Order: sequence, then C-alpha cells, then structure tokens
Amino acid sequence: MEINSPLSEKKVKDLSLGQKVEVSGDILTARDKAHQRILNQFDLPFELDNQIIYHCGPLVSEEKENYKIISAGPTTSTRLSEFIPQILEKHEIRAFIGKGGLKKEAIESLKNNNCLYLSYTGGAGALAAKSIKRVKDVFWLDLGIPEAVWKLEIERLPCIVSIDTDGQTLYHV
Amino acid sequence: MIKYEQIVREIKEAIKESQTTLPDWVISKLEDIKENETKKAKEQIETILENIRIAKEEKKPICQDTGVPIFYVKHGTQLSLDFSLSKALKEVTQKATQEIPLRPSIVSPWERKNTGDNTGDKIPIINYEPVEGSKLEIIVFPKGAGSENMSKQKMFNPGQKGEVIEWIIDSVQEAGPKPCPPIFLGIGIGGTFDYSTQLSKEALIELPQQSQGKIRELEREILEKVNSLEIGPMGLGGKTTALDVKIKTAHCHTASLPVAINIQCWANRKAKRVFEE
Repeated sequence: MEINSPLSEKKVKDLSLGQKVEVSGDILTARDKAHQRILNQFDLPFELDNQIIYHCGPLVSEEKENYKIISAGPTTSTRLSEFIPQILEKHEIRAFIGKGGLKKEAIESLKNNNCLYLSYTGGAGALAAKSIKRVKDVFWLDLGIPEAVWKLEIERLPCIVSIDTDGQTLYHV
Repeated sequence: MIKYEQIVREIKEAIKESQTTLPDWVISKLEDIKENETKKAKEQIETILENIRIAKEEKKPICQDTGVPIFYVKHGTQLSLDFSLSKALKEVTQKATQEIPLRPSIVSPWERKNTGDNTGDKIPIINYEPVEGSKLEIIVFPKGAGSENMSKQKMFNPGQKGEVIEWIIDSVQEAGPKPCPPIFLGIGIGGTFDYSTQLSKEALIELPQQSQGKIRELEREILEKVNSLEIGPMGLGGKTTALDVKIKTAHCHTASLPVAINIQCWANRKAKRVFEE
C-alpha cells in the first residue's frame, strides 16, 4: 500500500502491524542533534505536524549548492528514543522511519499520540537512495552534514509497520 | 622505491572498493542464509543483497555510514620509506571523503563539531605492526557506529571463566536489532584491558579465516547460542543473528581474564593492498 506525506491521523490508525507500505512525499531527516534542537528551539524553520521523520544521516554530494543523495539508509532509532515522548507532546508527527525499533517509553508515547514507526533495512543506503527523488531543502547545516535536517522528496520507499498506533511491535522489547 | 603518490592513489581505490563492494565470502554467507530464512527475515536478506548489487553497479557506498577510517599496516622491517605513511593515510582519507564521496562522520569528542573531512586528532586510526621482510601491507577497515556502539569489554576474575559465554550471549541479546544483524562477532580473550579490545577487532579482520582446536569449538558453540536467540535479520526475528564468530587470544596475567567483543554489522567492509619495492 502506498502512503503519502503529510499523513492524517486516520490513515496511520488504519495501518496494522507487519503491514508493508511504500512511502511517498516529503520527509525530514533528523538524528541526535536535530532532535535536541527541535526540543529546545521555539520557532522551527519547518512544519512538523502530520509529517514523517526519517532517522537518517545521509551521504550527500554537493556541486554548486546542488545537493544529491548518494546513500541514505536509517540510523539506529533506539538511540533517539529518549527525545520522542517530549517531541510528540509538542508536535503531531505521524510517523518515524528508522531501524532497530524504540524503547518502551517511546512506544508508549507513539501509542498516546497516534504515531507510527516504520522500519527500513539498516545498511541498505544505496538502495534507499533510489527512492529519494531530490533534496528540497536543508536546515541547520551548522550541525554538520549527517546531523542537519534534510527535507527529501521520496517515492515509494518500501517500509514495514513495525510499531503500530496500538503500541504493538515486531521487535522484542 | 614506493612513492607517496602511489600510496595515496592506490589506497583511495582500496577505500572505494571497501565502501562500494563486499568480499565474495560475505555475499556467499548472506546468500546461504537467505535459503534458510522465511517471511520477514528472508525479505530483509533479499533487500540487503539487492542493496549490495546496486552499490556495486552504481559505485556508491553500500551504507551512508561510511564509518571511522581505520587502517592496519604491516610494515616490513627491511623497507624504508622516504615519507610519512601517517601523513599519506590522512591525505588519502581527506581525498576519498571528497571524491568517492564519503559521509563526513568525524566530530570532536566533547564539542561534537564535525571536521568535515573524516580526519581529526588521532583519526584516521592507524595500527602499525612491524613484520619481517620488505613488503608493505595496508588493510582498509571502515567501521560504522551502529555496530561499534554495541561492543563491550569486561575484566573477569580467573574463577569466573564459566560466566564468559553467558556474558557474550547476553551482550548480543542486549544489542538486539541495534547493530544491524546478521552480525559478525569478533572476540578477544586474554592480554590486558586494552589489548583484549584490540584482539577483538583483529579477530574481525581475520575472518573468514577460522581458528583451530578448542578455540574453534568455542566459536561454534557461541555461534549456535547467538543464533538460538532468534533476534534475526534486522531484529525482526529469524534463524540468523550472527553470520560468523571469530576469537583471537593472547596470554594474560594469572590474576586476570580480559574479554572483549567487537560487533560488526553485515556490511563487513574491508580491502587490502600490498606494496613491494
């Protein structure tokens, strides 16, 4: 099934554990430093409500400020678990894409806020890049290329619903 | 005489090889386990194999985490170089980062500022070993953080030998899906606190070479127990959690039993070049 960003609350509630989805539309990358800044900065330069966050620090090539994604698989989401309950209190993010799953508290907050967790195969960066059509924008480059927030247009990125909005997970927690 | 430019040129190619292809024996292992797995586990392995194919075809890094640059150098004692090899390997790291390109992943440890070129204080990490002869062997071993973060060391008392295997299995269990299984497990037993960790990484480098005798039996036992955890590819369940286990040992002090495990994700990236005068 193809799902498109921005995602509605109803759409994510309809998806079930283990279901395969192909994600299209705009997504935002974020890892450790971006999560911290999202929590600490009042005015954000991007919209988060109904959006999808991709736990990823892409490998990017740059020619005359023209950015191209070379390889962009997921980073370990588990490491980012501690930020998620606070972020979901402030922003209506509808899905995270990552690998490795999340810790209990983060799963609980996904459940309370109708947010999904989708898995993409870790390390499959070259293949993931084929689903990334272009870089639409980049924010917070002062954090360094991997830690910046990249707004990417993706087309049919194949993922699995590995934590659903009922807090069920495919991972052993 | 081996030239500075030759090292820079050929090691840059070795880095590109290590980042865009995997050794044949790693691919064979992945193909073998694919046949054993079903459902989600099989699909994960299929995605991994498809990714390996695309990376090779398009000459792109397999994984966006192009890792910490690590080199293992065997330096023949009869060989003399008229330049600094450390300087050459630093330059090659910078060039490879820009030209392949690689992701700049190296930051200062406390301020967390990215250097932008994958070098920094003591980075790249270069392990020198003097050997007999007149050859220069350089192994390129980029190491991603996902699996490196799950690595561990413990100083056991000699009387706790019976707890070592359980500690290893528990550590893999705790790592779960985080190091991108199916993994390779490098284990160092003996030496000192720091040397055991060094052995555990060298064990990964030595794969697919296997140990002999009692140590081989121990490797088999650990592999079997790790796979019975059923963490599976990417932690979504399955028969294969580890593709192989390799142990490297050193003698140690009678009062201590140091043990270290270094975890490597399925993307066991490695390339070697040998230079002769």
